[in-house]
Amino acid sequence: MASMRDIKRRKGSIQSTQQITKAMKLVSTVKLQKARNRAEQSNPYFNHMYQTVTSMLARSGSLNHPYLKPGNSQKKAVITIASNRGLAGGYNANVVKLITGSGMAKEDVQVYMIGRKAKELLVRKGYEIKADYSDVIESPSYDDASMICKEVLEAFSKGEIGEIYLAYTHFKNTVSHQPTLMKLLPVEFDEAELKEADSNVLMNYEPNEEEALDLIIPKYMTSLFYGALVEAVASENGARMQAMDSATSNADEMISDLTLKYNRARQGSITQELTEIIAGAEAIS
Amino acid sequence: MAENFQLQIITPDRIFYEGEASMVEFTSVDGEMGVYKHHIPLTTVLAPGIVTITEPGGKKEAAVHAGFVQILGEKVTFLAEIAEWPDEIDVGRAEAAKARAEERLRSHSAQIDVARAEMALKKALVRLHVK
Repeated sequence: MASMRDIKRRKGSIQSTQQITKAMKLVSTVKLQKARNRAEQSNPYFNHMYQTVTSMLARSGSLNHPYLKPGNSQKKAVITIASNRGLAGGYNANVVKLITGSGMAKEDVQVYMIGRKAKELLVRKGYEIKADYSDVIESPSYDDASMICKEVLEAFSKGEIGEIYLAYTHFKNTVSHQPTLMKLLPVEFDEAELKEADSNVLMNYEPNEEEALDLIIPKYMTSLFYGALVEAVASENGARMQAMDSATSNADEMISDLTLKYNRARQGSITQELTEIIAGAEAIS
Repeated sequence: MAENFQLQIITPDRIFYEGEASMVEFTSVDGEMGVYKHHIPLTTVLAPGIVTITEPGGKKEAAVHAGFVQILGEKVTFLAEIAEWPDEIDVGRAEAAKARAEERLRSHSAQIDVARAEMALKKALVRLHVK
């Protein structure tokens, strides 16, 4: 049985760890609320964007636009959004798993990385990191998103990459976050959705459809990407909040366990002392 | 009296404007446009410019840069990347951006991206104009 002093020391260390996890939980709760508000505020923009682009494509199915066909290259660009910090449960590992488990050959994947933690994991697994924009995740802005999208699109137009994917964590609600791998280019939509959009009014385009597509598709990509960034920040803080919440309650459990052990040890030592005194007294008399 | 239609201006960060308007004027890549109710369905791309909203109560102006507009008979939706009310514009910053862009265009060196500098200049001018 561990000595009283050992138990006490261990209890103290767990208590101070618990204080840290508790503080981290509070911090990420606040950050989560902020990030969630941002994600909600940007939602209408993406919904409209999606609707507009679907209805455009529904009417221009026969268009021979480069953004609607896969490029000649085998290479696939994967824009990966994870976090710069750990201690968020399985958050980073889940995003990485999404890429390793996607069935894409390692040699064909070029990763555009956001998030240092997941980058370390991917480098260790032998993926090629084409570019690293980890600082963006600290405070996602639409400008950053459009800058990164421009670079990826350039590589696509030059024929360096044939397809563009986006790997991020979708924020469903505070407790549920879904790692998602989404195809950005070539643009693809469900047939059913296209038909639904098609029933809308006949739309005119100015300048002509092809030029409009040229301008709108990069914007569409950027907005999806920006939306993913904002959601990823919310998911990260949500994941950290959960992780820290369970760490705090685990610490509680351990502390109550150790308190019990400590009390038992103290009682044991008192009983032992008493027995010794009584035995000594008896020996004298 | 012109009839009112639904007008929405949405940016990635917020719903910038939502309300009833009788007319809206803006700059598209093909030139300036004014839209009343029952306009033919049209989607067009925005150029940096001033959007003038005519509400029943009066006129409102805003600077809008980049994005596109979806016009349906009863509803007009702007999807703008940046939209600002006059009181949100930082004049000092716009002046500085204007000077910088002009300097770049004047220097004519090979390293600068002319299209980008022109865009920056246009944005700065629009901001100053709205103010």
